[in-house]
Amino acid sequence: MRFRMMQGLILAIASLAPIGAMAGTYDLVIDEQIVNITGKDKKAMTINGQLPGPTLRFKEGEDVTINVTNRLDVDSSIHWHGILLPYQMDGVPGISFDGIKPGETFSYQFPIKQSGTYWYHSHSGFQEQEGVFGSIVIEAEKREPFKVDREYVVMLSDWSDETGDQIFANLKAQSDYYNYSQQTAGDFFDDVKTKGWSAAFKDRLSWGSMRMMPTDIADVSGYTFLMNGKAPETNWTALFEKGERIRLRFINGSAMSYFDVRIPGLEMTVVQSDGNNVQPVTVDEFRIAVAETYDVIVRPREDKAFTIFAESVSRTGYARGTLAPREGMAAEVPEQRDSQLLTMSDMSMASMGGMDHSSMAGMENMKGMDHSKMAGMEGMAGMEAMDHSKMMMGASSANSDYAPGSGLAPEAANGGKFLVYADLKAQTPFADYREPDREIELRLTGNMERYFWSINGIKYSDAEPVRLKMGERVRIKFVNDTMMMHPMHLHGMWMQLDKGNGRFNPLKHTVNVAPNTTLTVDVPVDALGQWAFHCHLMYHMAAGMFRKVIVEEAVVQTAAQ
Amino acid sequence: MTVKKTACASALLLGATLALGVSSLASAEMKDDSIMTKFMLDRFEVRHQDGDDLLSWEAQINARTDYQGMAFKTSGERLNNGPAESAEHQLLYQRLVSDFFDAQFGIRYDNQPGPSRTYAVAGLQGLAPYWFEVDANLFLSDEGDASARIEAEYDLLLTQKLVLQPSAEITVAFSDDEEIGVGSGLSSAEVGIRLRYELSRKFVPYVGINWEKSFGDTADFARAEGEDTEVGSLVIGVSAWF
Repeated sequence: MRFRMMQGLILAIASLAPIGAMAGTYDLVIDEQIVNITGKDKKAMTINGQLPGPTLRFKEGEDVTINVTNRLDVDSSIHWHGILLPYQMDGVPGISFDGIKPGETFSYQFPIKQSGTYWYHSHSGFQEQEGVFGSIVIEAEKREPFKVDREYVVMLSDWSDETGDQIFANLKAQSDYYNYSQQTAGDFFDDVKTKGWSAAFKDRLSWGSMRMMPTDIADVSGYTFLMNGKAPETNWTALFEKGERIRLRFINGSAMSYFDVRIPGLEMTVVQSDGNNVQPVTVDEFRIAVAETYDVIVRPREDKAFTIFAESVSRTGYARGTLAPREGMAAEVPEQRDSQLLTMSDMSMASMGGMDHSSMAGMENMKGMDHSKMAGMEGMAGMEAMDHSKMMMGASSANSDYAPGSGLAPEAANGGKFLVYADLKAQTPFADYREPDREIELRLTGNMERYFWSINGIKYSDAEPVRLKMGERVRIKFVNDTMMMHPMHLHGMWMQLDKGNGRFNPLKHTVNVAPNTTLTVDVPVDALGQWAFHCHLMYHMAAGMFRKVIVEEAVVQTAAQ
Repeated sequence: MTVKKTACASALLLGATLALGVSSLASAEMKDDSIMTKFMLDRFEVRHQDGDDLLSWEAQINARTDYQGMAFKTSGERLNNGPAESAEHQLLYQRLVSDFFDAQFGIRYDNQPGPSRTYAVAGLQGLAPYWFEVDANLFLSDEGDASARIEAEYDLLLTQKLVLQPSAEITVAFSDDEEIGVGSGLSSAEVGIRLRYELSRKFVPYVGINWEKSFGDTADFARAEGEDTEVGSLVIGVSAWF
């Protein structure tokens, strides 16, 4: 007995022995408290009393233990977004573990095998919307390929005075509940003035025939957009001394909101996305999808304040902060731009074809489906959009992330360079870059009117898991058959975004798939277990745009022979 | 009376819902297969017309998953502080048959002074192209008489909150049922226009006008009973949902 204990002790000591191995323990407590962000008291969920939760700073090579205590009266969980780890530590209730019961503590333990900017959030219910999220910064083991004098995390989020359950119930009961930019009679007469009766009327008819709205860009409005938990008026401020290189680690921790980010007066050099270094690319503005991260370096050479302006893509508001040489300074806050409008180019053939099935006897809508009429509205651009082969070859065009003629394609406010996915080239080539072993097509589908979202027309609760084999390289072809953007997130493994840069295709954990486009990623399958794979728009995920991925050992061929 | 029946039907609805809901409990982590309930008070209005004021209502309760579930519909009118002139209740099973439409099957029970009828119902409810809210149904009464009714509404947005809502309803009977005053052919039509102001998405007061007319044999039966065949009214009311 005693001998065994001794043995155990020796083993325990031996396991600590590797020189230089670091081990850190972190404690997170999820609790509720009243916060007042909009002038109205509301119960929020916090981590260690903060919203967002504390920034966790790890070192590459460290073995971390994170004790997460749940003081809510419902189950909770924390998912480490973008972190490579054993699947049991991934924090998705029902897939990786059972969740954390009220009053209980779960110890997450895993080695840190990467570096960069990441984040963490609850994967239970709508807790992330209500405050259970925070940032992760992992210091690289080796020297980084860029130098900075200071760095700041810039966590963007969307805050609502409603609970996630209320928002979801409202969307389910009335899918346009939050759309307060619907087209009115007045808009119609404005269109008549600019386009003439015939075109204005045709435009209404073609949208009406599909029962869709060109203003349906974000499902939820009424948000207050936050930068590091601060509303725009509170003006989160980061200090600098002129001439310094400042690294800003942008994370989009929103439930539903994309942002177009710029700092008027400063160029931003993008050096990292989703935690992976990319070849520096200097831009004036970039779009950050929900759950993505972008690290940029800016170098203010003047002793003045600059506004960090993150305008929601729905143009219903913005998050704002300030880069300043001293506290209390502020720069001009830009005017918000007009809302974008979806065009017929954002409609896929599938969603148009879908009208066939939905048209009922006696309510035939063939006129509305007359493609020549629709194309007539948007000119040739609309025509091209319907040609999928052309779309896929569009990788070299300036706004290749969107369908040609799309109303969502962004432009820099100053007319300068807007980041596109093709600009993201990995800093170092991917060692195991090769042709994929097979391809899986995932069509992103949904029913806008009833607010359900699915993959290949099947919701999570009705779907079989996606099965992958350890060691294979699988190409996933996302085909977006909806008219909304979807930030697709794979847990536990990288997606290598294929924008034609070969072995320099960057590794990402979340990729934005624009309406009526096809996006391919290659997944080096290198992590056994069960993983979540879903749209990171919270209410799309909850409505069913979600799959379980199971990675199994490859069967050894020689054994069979 | 009406209240009791409503409660009774709601209990039935709840029972049916529970039966449907058992399988959805298994995936508690995801909400994509859960039962949702919605109470929709389409119209609750006072109709001011020559003579008496009428209280008119039209409401629907749904308890369903994305694909199927139960609906209870009730509508009718009664004299102010008086008895119900007419009331109609339907308990329906609904099933999604396209992106925008549910098929519905069930029973309808009419409660009114004089003889009442029970009907089998089959129909479609949903959003037609060009944004028309449509509810179209076929009815077969326990007396063997068939009829059809189609209702449609359209929201014309004057501003984001001020909405002009024209509506129309047409009933066609395929045979006479003199006892309840229905004659074969186009039996009645109702058109209205309501100006709604969305105080919130869920609470919308409105004012409007409504016009009802009976036709053909139905009109003859009405005249024989000393009733009007054409009634116009000013309406003031509220719609709400939760």
